[in-house]
Amino acid sequence: MQFGFLLEQVVNGLVLGGYYLLIALGLSLIFSVGGIVNLAHGAFYALGAYISVEITKYLGFGSAVVLSPVAVALLGILFERFILRRFYDADPILSLLVTFALAMVTEQAIRIIWGAPPISAAIPQALRGSVFLGDFLFSRYRLLILAVVAAVLLGVWLLLHKTSFGRVVRAGIQRPDMVAALGIRLQPYMTAIVMLGVGMAALGGAFFAPITIVHPAMGAEIITVAFVVVVIGGLGSFWGVVISALLVGVVRGITIHFAPAAGEASIYVLMFLVLMVRPRGLLGERIEKFE
Amino acid sequence: MTRFSRRTLLKAGAAFAGVSAIGSPAIVRAQAARIKIGHLVPLTGFLGAIGSYAQLGVKMAAEEINASGGIMGKQIDLMSEDSVNPATASTKAQRMIEQDGAVLLFGEISSASSLTIMQFAERNKKVFFSTGARSDALRGKDCNRYSFHCDIPNTVMVNAVGTALKQKGMVKGKKFVTLTADYIFGHDLLKAAKAFFSANDATLIGDELIATDVTDFSPYLLKVRQAKPDVVCCNLAGNQVTNLVKQYAEFGFPYPLVGFNLNTGDAWAMGEGNLSGTWPTVWYHTLDNPASKAFVEAFSKKYGKPPENHAWIEYITLKMIAQAITETKSTESDALIGYFEKQAQFDIMKSRKAYFRSWDHQLVQEAYPFTVKAKNEMKDKWDMLVLGEAVPAAGADLETIYPTKTQNPCNMKA
Repeated sequence: MQFGFLLEQVVNGLVLGGYYLLIALGLSLIFSVGGIVNLAHGAFYALGAYISVEITKYLGFGSAVVLSPVAVALLGILFERFILRRFYDADPILSLLVTFALAMVTEQAIRIIWGAPPISAAIPQALRGSVFLGDFLFSRYRLLILAVVAAVLLGVWLLLHKTSFGRVVRAGIQRPDMVAALGIRLQPYMTAIVMLGVGMAALGGAFFAPITIVHPAMGAEIITVAFVVVVIGGLGSFWGVVISALLVGVVRGITIHFAPAAGEASIYVLMFLVLMVRPRGLLGERIEKFE
Repeated sequence: MTRFSRRTLLKAGAAFAGVSAIGSPAIVRAQAARIKIGHLVPLTGFLGAIGSYAQLGVKMAAEEINASGGIMGKQIDLMSEDSVNPATASTKAQRMIEQDGAVLLFGEISSASSLTIMQFAERNKKVFFSTGARSDALRGKDCNRYSFHCDIPNTVMVNAVGTALKQKGMVKGKKFVTLTADYIFGHDLLKAAKAFFSANDATLIGDELIATDVTDFSPYLLKVRQAKPDVVCCNLAGNQVTNLVKQYAEFGFPYPLVGFNLNTGDAWAMGEGNLSGTWPTVWYHTLDNPASKAFVEAFSKKYGKPPENHAWIEYITLKMIAQAITETKSTESDALIGYFEKQAQFDIMKSRKAYFRSWDHQLVQEAYPFTVKAKNEMKDKWDMLVLGEAVPAAGADLETIYPTKTQNPCNMKA
C-alpha cells in the first residue's frame, strides 16, 4: 500500500511538472534564441490567468483557455518588436533590468485594472472530482491539463524539428552569424518564438486560474520555479527542459510524501546537485555565444 | 563604470544635507498641529490581499475623523505602509516612531510580524494595537503592557467553530486530519485545535505542516486521502486558505472540509461552488445592527465593494484610539494604557459592546461560526456566508469563549 501511495505521488508530480513545463519551455526558448533572460515571463502567465477569468464570464471556460493565450501571444508581438529587439546585442544586464521593470509594471497594472484582492475563478462543474484507475486517484481536471500539455509539447517539438521554421530557429541558437550570412533575418523568427513562449505561459495561467489563487503577484511566484527548471534542464535542449520539469514535479511530490517540511526546499537541492555534476544542466548544449 | 570625482561627491553630499536642513523645520511644525499615527499591514505576500482591505478601512476612518474636526482639534496624520515581513515590519515601526514622530502604532495581520512590533513597542514604551494577528501566544506568554489585541485569538475561533461542529455531531469519536501553516500562528492554532479535540473525544490522525509559500497542495491532498479521515481541518492563513479550498473542490473528496481560520476576503476569492463546511469569522458585512449597516453603506459607496473583516477591524480600532485620546486628552502611553485597562466599553458594530480585558489586553467581543450560502440565495457575489448564532450565546458572559488566566497566562511587567 505504501508503494501505491508513493506511485500516486509520482504520477501527481508528473502532472505538476507538465504545468511547470508550460512556463519553463518558453523561458528557455527565448533565452536560447535571443539571449534574453525574460524576467517578465511570469507577468504573461498572470495576464493569461486574468484574461481567461474575464473571458470565462462571457464565453465560458472552453473559449477562455484558447482565446487568452492567443491574446497574450499578440501582446508578445509588441513586447518583442518594441522592447526586446533593442536588447539582443546589448549588455545582458540591460535586458535583465528592462524585463524586471516590465514584470513590475505589469503587476501594478493588474492591481490598477483588477484591484489588489484576488479575483475569483472556479473549475466548470463537469471537470470536477477525481478519477479512480484501480486504486490510483487522479484529479480529473489535472488529467485534462496533462493531455493539453502533451499536445502542446508534441506541437512544439514538431515545429522545431520537422519544419523549415524549426531548422532556422535551431541554427539560430547555435550559429546566428552563419544564419545571417545565408541571408536569413532572425528577427521575424524571434517574434514568433516570443509569441509562442508567452502564449504557452498564458496557457499555463489560464488552466491554473481555477485551481490556484488569481492575484497580482502570481507571476512573481511562478517565475522562480520556472527558472529552476530551465537551469536544471540546460539551455538549448528541448528534452532537457521536459525532463527537468517532470523531475522537479516528482522530486517535490516524493519529498512531501516523506518529509513535508522539506517539500519546497527539495527543488533547490536538486538544482544544486545537478549543477555540481553537470554545470550546463542535464542536457544543456555548449552554446558559443554564451560561453 | 561611472566614476565620481571627490568634488562631485562632496557637492552632492552638501546638497543632500542642505535639503534635509530646509526640510526639517516643516516636520517640526507639522508635529505640533497634527497627531501622527503609524499603521503597518502586509500588502504583499500571502496576507497581502486581506491587508489591502485593512488599508482601505483605516483610510476611511482617518478621513472621517479629520472631516469632523480631528482629535482635540488636531488632524490625524496617518502613515500607512506595507509591513512586508517580520524584519521589515520592525524596521518600519522603528522609523515611524523615532524619525517620523508617530505617537503610537497599530495594524498587522501576520502574528510573526505583530510579535516583532510588540517587542519594539515595549522597548520604546509606545502603544501598539495589533489588529489582525490571532496567535494565542501574543496575548499569553509573549504579552506586554504596551500591546493590545483586537482580533479574536485562535482559541476563540476554535471554540466558535467547535461549538457549531459539536451541534452537528461532527466531533465526538471522529478522526481529523489538519493542514497547518508552518509559522507561529499555525503552530498556535494547532495547539488550540489539539486541546479541543482531546477535550471532545476526537482523534487527530494526521497533521501536515505547510510552508507559507506553498501554492500547490496536491501532494498534501493525496496524503489526506491516504489517511482516510472523517473530517479535514484547515489551519492555514491568507491566500493559502483560498488555494487549498479551490484544490480541495478540484479533487472532490468525500470528507467534509472545515477550518478554524478564515477571512472573508479569502473566501470571496475562492470561486463559485468551491467553499463548503463550517468556519469562524469575527465580523461580516451582513450583521444586522444599525452601526454596522451605516458603516457598510458608507464603505461600499466609497470603494464600490463591501468591507471585509480587516477593513472593519482597522476602522473600529482607529475610532477607539481617537476616543481614548479625546477622553484622556493625551497621547502619552501611560494615560492611554490606563484608559483601556479600566475596561472602557466600545460600540464595535455588534449587538454587544466590547472592551479590552485588563490582564491580557484582549478585545473581548462576540464571534460567529458561518456556513456557505447556496448560490441561488446569494444577493451578490459578496453575499456568500450564512452567519450562525453569535458565540457565546446571548446572555452568557463574553469571556466564556476566551482563554482563561490558567490556559493562556500573561504576565506583564509593570
